[in-house]
Amino acid sequence: MFPRIPLGDWVETVVDWLTANLRPFFQLIKDVLLGAYDGLDWVLTSPPVWVMALLLAALAYAAKGWRLAVGSLLGFALILGMDQWENAMDTLALVLLSAVLALALGIPLGIWAARSDRVSAVVRPVLDLMQTLPVFVYLIPTVVIFLTGAVPGIVATVIFALAPCVRFTELGIRQVDHEVVEAGRAFGATPGRILRQIQLPLAAPTIMAGINQVIMLALSMVVIAGMVGADGLGSDVVAALQRVNVSLGAEAGLSVVVLAVFLDRVTSALASRSPVARALARTSA
Amino acid sequence: MSDSNSPPQHALSVRNVFKAFGRRPQEVVRRLRAGATRDDVRNLGTAAVIDATFDVRRGEIFVVMGLSGSGKSTLIRMLNGLWKPTSGQVLLGDVDIATASDRRLRELRRTGVSMVFQHFALLPHRTVLDNAAYPLEIQGIGKEERRASARRTLDLVGLGEWADSLPSELSGGMRQRVGLARALAAGTDVLLMDEAFSALDPLIRSEMQEQLLELQRTLGKTIVFITHDLNEAMLLGDRIAVMRDGAIEQIGTAEEILDAPASDYVARFVADVDRSRVLTASSAMTPPEKSPVCTVSVPQDTSLADVFAPLAGSEGTVRVTDDDGATVGMLRAEDVVAALVTPASPHEPDAERRLLSENLQEGDAA
Repeated sequence: MFPRIPLGDWVETVVDWLTANLRPFFQLIKDVLLGAYDGLDWVLTSPPVWVMALLLAALAYAAKGWRLAVGSLLGFALILGMDQWENAMDTLALVLLSAVLALALGIPLGIWAARSDRVSAVVRPVLDLMQTLPVFVYLIPTVVIFLTGAVPGIVATVIFALAPCVRFTELGIRQVDHEVVEAGRAFGATPGRILRQIQLPLAAPTIMAGINQVIMLALSMVVIAGMVGADGLGSDVVAALQRVNVSLGAEAGLSVVVLAVFLDRVTSALASRSPVARALARTSA
Repeated sequence: MSDSNSPPQHALSVRNVFKAFGRRPQEVVRRLRAGATRDDVRNLGTAAVIDATFDVRRGEIFVVMGLSGSGKSTLIRMLNGLWKPTSGQVLLGDVDIATASDRRLRELRRTGVSMVFQHFALLPHRTVLDNAAYPLEIQGIGKEERRASARRTLDLVGLGEWADSLPSELSGGMRQRVGLARALAAGTDVLLMDEAFSALDPLIRSEMQEQLLELQRTLGKTIVFITHDLNEAMLLGDRIAVMRDGAIEQIGTAEEILDAPASDYVARFVADVDRSRVLTASSAMTPPEKSPVCTVSVPQDTSLADVFAPLAGSEGTVRVTDDDGATVGMLRAEDVVAALVTPASPHEPDAERRLLSENLQEGDAA
């Protein structure tokens, strides 16, 4: 008979060892993440609702124009009318924090992978694994390590949303016209200057598309985050599922959609405002 | 020009340079040195440049001509260290580019050698002015100063009015003039031009060729110009190196290459050149006669195509004069006709067809 491979037991041993021996390290991560989350949540929820809504609409106006601003205000009014505003802000805080963390890890990693074929060859299968492994699978050890609350939700979201950030950054930089990079070298620019003044600006539209993807993926994780006890729209969706409460599910779900459309339109508008994208748009107009 | 080897004569000296890509470049070079051919080492790596040796004199336009895959682009990239030779020396002044540190290389590229690219390689998000000023920005020169000198080089190439435009608002020819202005703004003595005019329409291309020659008259830069176009090579080059399969087949002036091709390959290559446009009166003339009877004269650098009219107006003989107007020779109609005959070369029957198909591939690639 074919031997039983105890892979699951091995993984469990590793996770047990990690929780036993790296407790202070994980506790530090937990404290930092929780602090950041609470801080951001406080910023989003402490001003009066209409101030916050106007601020977000102003952001939409700055990114794209008055039509998006008006549309956003209508959407926020709907959320408020469904009594989901506080949940929406909790979710926004979770999404923004996760996205910022994914970008802070993913962009440098993408740059590194773009500069070295070896790094790229190592990073690629790891990203494949992170993207294809069912979320619940790594949610289990995350909960074992961080218990319940916002933190395991944030960690799982970062892991899930990291891949497109790394991929888009690497792709964007590798796609930069080879001759332009060569021109930078030929005139004696340092690698740092070439990265800053040539590669990153020319890759910016692609990287911005990656940022948009990161935020969208982070938002798609809110229900999962709700499942492990993070506050927000996700926890209401989970509650609605458990109690078969159609009305609550519809309201929380619609609020997620409004938030998603708002974040998508704002970030994709920002993508088309990069200097390179504007330079190219100016000529085709 | 003297043939002395004293360093100041030469802006660039290339000595026994090999460049191989692939798994085992050193082994490729070792076998090539031992007499292996490019095909023999194919499974070890690609031999891009094989034993290149030449000097570029100060103030000359040195053209490297070859079809695609001949190694010319790799060769020019070794002249400023974008590629490091697998073996051999590249002397820029008295510094060996092949062994210079990264830091020293950057310094040399800032102050010693600049480059113009086939597809212009401009920064799309910067204005024409800031593109032209970019090398000075890298050199650490302040904004006002670098913009002022970039403006001067833009005026030089006739793009002064376009300073505030973006590259994408310019035509191909104008973009390449920005590329040229940028390279000139760097203020280096040596200018590398990699297929600089190959991406341009024929009319624009010949305009650019004229402009380059005119600029060169006043600037006197040392220019290494890469091209796959023989007519361009003949027009621009003070001297021409013909490359084939990674090796240099012949180095000489346009006339030398036309009159005495070093190999069948070169002979076949130059067979289609309009000799009357390349050869000059001085190359076909005979020594002056004792009693010059004719009154019509032409300068010695007149192309043969342009001496037909004077010849017709003076019963078939004209005097050839130097820059000071002194007679240096006589040119008779029969001399002209003789000079226009392509020198005989042993022909392989399918050689021309092969050359033609190579040329067609080059055209497809462009």
